Amino acid sequence: MAVPAAFFVLFFGYPVAAIVGRGLRQGGHWNLDIVGRVLSDPDILQVLWFTVWQAAASTALTLALALPGAYVFARLRFPGKGLLRAVVTVPFVLPTVVAGSAFLALGGRGGALDEWFGLRLDTSVWAVLLAHVFFNYAVVVRTVGGFWAQLDPRQEEAARVLGAGRLAAWRRVTLPALAPSLGAAALIVFLFTFTSFGVIQVLGGPRFATLEVEIYRQTATLLELPTAAVLTLTQFAAVAALLAVHAWSVRKRESALSLVPAERTARRPEGPAQWAVLWSVLAVIALLIVLPLAVLVERAFNGPDGYGLAFFRALGSQSESGTFVVAPAAAIGNSLAYAAAATLIALVVGGLAAAALTRRAGRLVRGFDALLMLPLGTSAVTVGFGFLIALDEPPLDLRSSWFLVPLAQALVGVPFVIRTLLPVLRSVDVRLREAAAVLGASPLRAWREVELPLVGRALLVSAGFAFAVSLGEFGATVFIARPDAPTLPVAVARMLGRAGEMNYGQAMALSTILMLVCAGVLLALERVRTHSPGEF
Amino acid sequence: MLRLEGVTVRFGERAALDAVGLEVRAHETVCVLGPSGSGKSTLLRVVAGLQRADTGRVLLSGQDQAGVPAHKRGVGLMFQDHQLFPQRDVGANVAFGLRMHRTGKEETGRQVAELLDMVGLPDARRRAVASLSGGEQQRVALARALAPRPKLLMLDEPLGQLDRGLRERLVVELRGLFQRLGTTVLAVTHDHGEAFALADRVVVMENGRIAQTGTPLEVWQRPASEFVARFLGFDNVVSATVRGGTADTPWGAMPVPDGTPPGPARLLVRPNGVLLRRPEDGVRCVVEARTFRGGDGSTVTVLLRPEDGPQLEAACTLRDAPEEGAKVGVAFDAREVVVLEGHEHGGSQQSA
Repeated sequence: MAVPAAFFVLFFGYPVAAIVGRGLRQGGHWNLDIVGRVLSDPDILQVLWFTVWQAAASTALTLALALPGAYVFARLRFPGKGLLRAVVTVPFVLPTVVAGSAFLALGGRGGALDEWFGLRLDTSVWAVLLAHVFFNYAVVVRTVGGFWAQLDPRQEEAARVLGAGRLAAWRRVTLPALAPSLGAAALIVFLFTFTSFGVIQVLGGPRFATLEVEIYRQTATLLELPTAAVLTLTQFAAVAALLAVHAWSVRKRESALSLVPAERTARRPEGPAQWAVLWSVLAVIALLIVLPLAVLVERAFNGPDGYGLAFFRALGSQSESGTFVVAPAAAIGNSLAYAAAATLIALVVGGLAAAALTRRAGRLVRGFDALLMLPLGTSAVTVGFGFLIALDEPPLDLRSSWFLVPLAQALVGVPFVIRTLLPVLRSVDVRLREAAAVLGASPLRAWREVELPLVGRALLVSAGFAFAVSLGEFGATVFIARPDAPTLPVAVARMLGRAGEMNYGQAMALSTILMLVCAGVLLALERVRTHSPGEF
Repeated sequence: MLRLEGVTVRFGERAALDAVGLEVRAHETVCVLGPSGSGKSTLLRVVAGLQRADTGRVLLSGQDQAGVPAHKRGVGLMFQDHQLFPQRDVGANVAFGLRMHRTGKEETGRQVAELLDMVGLPDARRRAVASLSGGEQQRVALARALAPRPKLLMLDEPLGQLDRGLRERLVVELRGLFQRLGTTVLAVTHDHGEAFALADRVVVMENGRIAQTGTPLEVWQRPASEFVARFLGFDNVVSATVRGGTADTPWGAMPVPDGTPPGPARLLVRPNGVLLRRPEDGVRCVVEARTFRGGDGSTVTVLLRPEDGPQLEAACTLRDAPEEGAKVGVAFDAREVVVLEGHEHGGSQQSA
């Protein structure tokens, strides 16, 4: 527990405190009147209200649309399932700016829907909500579905035999068992949408702004650090309150469940009801996830001289407009290296934290549990800027080190690792560990021999998640990535920020590459999952 | 080999083990018998080091085990539901303890084969744990527990989940195996048949305390208390006043064994000692129910409603069993009457 605690204090608490301190301290003393002034500003209140309700609406919509998806991935067997699972996860790792552009290309002025049906989404809040579903569909499918797949179906069968209808059995037996993972998924989605930045920047227009967007505007455009600091603290407080509620509710529901190998729970669909669910899920995925991605890819290939590889070829050379000091293609290698390092850090820190949280109980530990989720709900802009301010002087002078980027990215990855590992770790029968102890295994050995293989699957899933979010991390990376070593999302954003068809096309091409890399990694993970013989 | 001295474990207000003292000698098989919730499993967990004792000492081969973690105690424990490692095959489960003790690869392979042979599963080495039947799982669990050659092997309801025929066969097999290997065994069970068949010595537990210790025969013939008697399935227990060679009971006069001290007492009369006569002879009863028990003696349990006093249970052969509703007379056989300690039923239960 000491390692993760130190990690968070050093690379999260310290930078955030530094930037908040810089905002609120003026002339050597604290200036707190500004808090009241900012929080009574009607414009800010408007932003606050919009932030909360769009997050709630997005979460509800995501759960409603993705829960059938979780069921399909957990309980039905059909060809192409692995590929589909990877496809569904792709949006999640796309830089938000890219995803925003994809939706703009789909539903904006002159977009695909406008051309075909005269339908425009960017004028309403629906574009934002649907883009949020697009992003977070995978969160629900993977956290809830992954757990669901390991729930023993016989529990539900027992309820059926006792006279419960299909739906009643689900509601009374499966749903309560799913509740912890459902809660975790809802929390993550809410936090993401609550702090949504890229999507709102692109799709929100001047009318819709979240706290995060406002913080960015105050920091980067208006240079109003004090206001930004107050907003950061507000966001912080809201997220902390939310996490506290979550930790409190989780404690009431924890129980050991009987888990079975996931491969044994999936069946071929039977009967019209299951087929209908399968097809409607496929339809939702096609409309909401595949279509925007397809539009994105289409734009990448639709070059100045018709369809071709013009934009991709341009990536290999240094752009004449001087956007980069290196060829954009180099960003691919940077991104992969950074993300791999970040995944490693996240796995070590998150794994240790999850193990500590499983073994011990008590108020302190639960508090720590909630604390580890905070980075998800904290403005990435603040973290990135804070890194620059806080970690640039001895003893921690990391500003010129390449290591800064993976550190910041791991910060976002760790909560995923913990959230994915914890439900599974907690439901591993404690007596298995005791059986190992009696046979002569030390606690560490017992963990390695018994628990690790059992949670191997969850570990892989969490590694995939950590890798993906690291790859797509934008808000913090944009501040700290060195100009000569941009990551893919940073490169994409720089290109989108410049005018001209060439830049736009190259951005789309680079996004396509990013998408393919992610899909490749995720597909590889799917392979490992099904081929490893020692798997749970 | 194993000695417990005043071991107490509390879960909140409740004492799962209450000042338990117990000794298991080398090569001996001791069976702890008790209903669920009597503290049997906690006892095993304390010895294994999986549960800390609040007070008292656990000694293994004379060494105080305080502060010795489970993996260094060198005892084996077979869990009630086996707890085989689901991600390993049968061979790897059995080999686990050997690997933990740094046994060489070849030696491990040889021993695993030997153990699987011994438990009657010579070809199961590569099989997945999930594909095993209950009985096979039990055998694998046993082989796994025996593999590191524990000083003391502990079994938690070893045969609890198996069907009857298999259970009876395995009890005999286990007993033979333990005798051959010279293993010291501490087992817990709620089934007195299992305990009697397996054990050299039986320890009956009641609410975290030891109610009686003795050989199976001693415990069966002379249950020390009403609790033990009822737990063994004897329900013919009444309050009585002893005068000379007979006792005054609600069922009338009952002969008592020689040397029974006079005064108030609780008496047990075993069903075998309830003799059925013609209605004119002895205590008059109506047959309420009869249950065929099967077995070699074609035993029938007859439930009787006397004119006075509580219900009586009698055992007789199928040939002699009266019909339901028949009127019979009852006499008692002094050899089957046991004087129980303590005057009130469940007195210690209320105090716990």
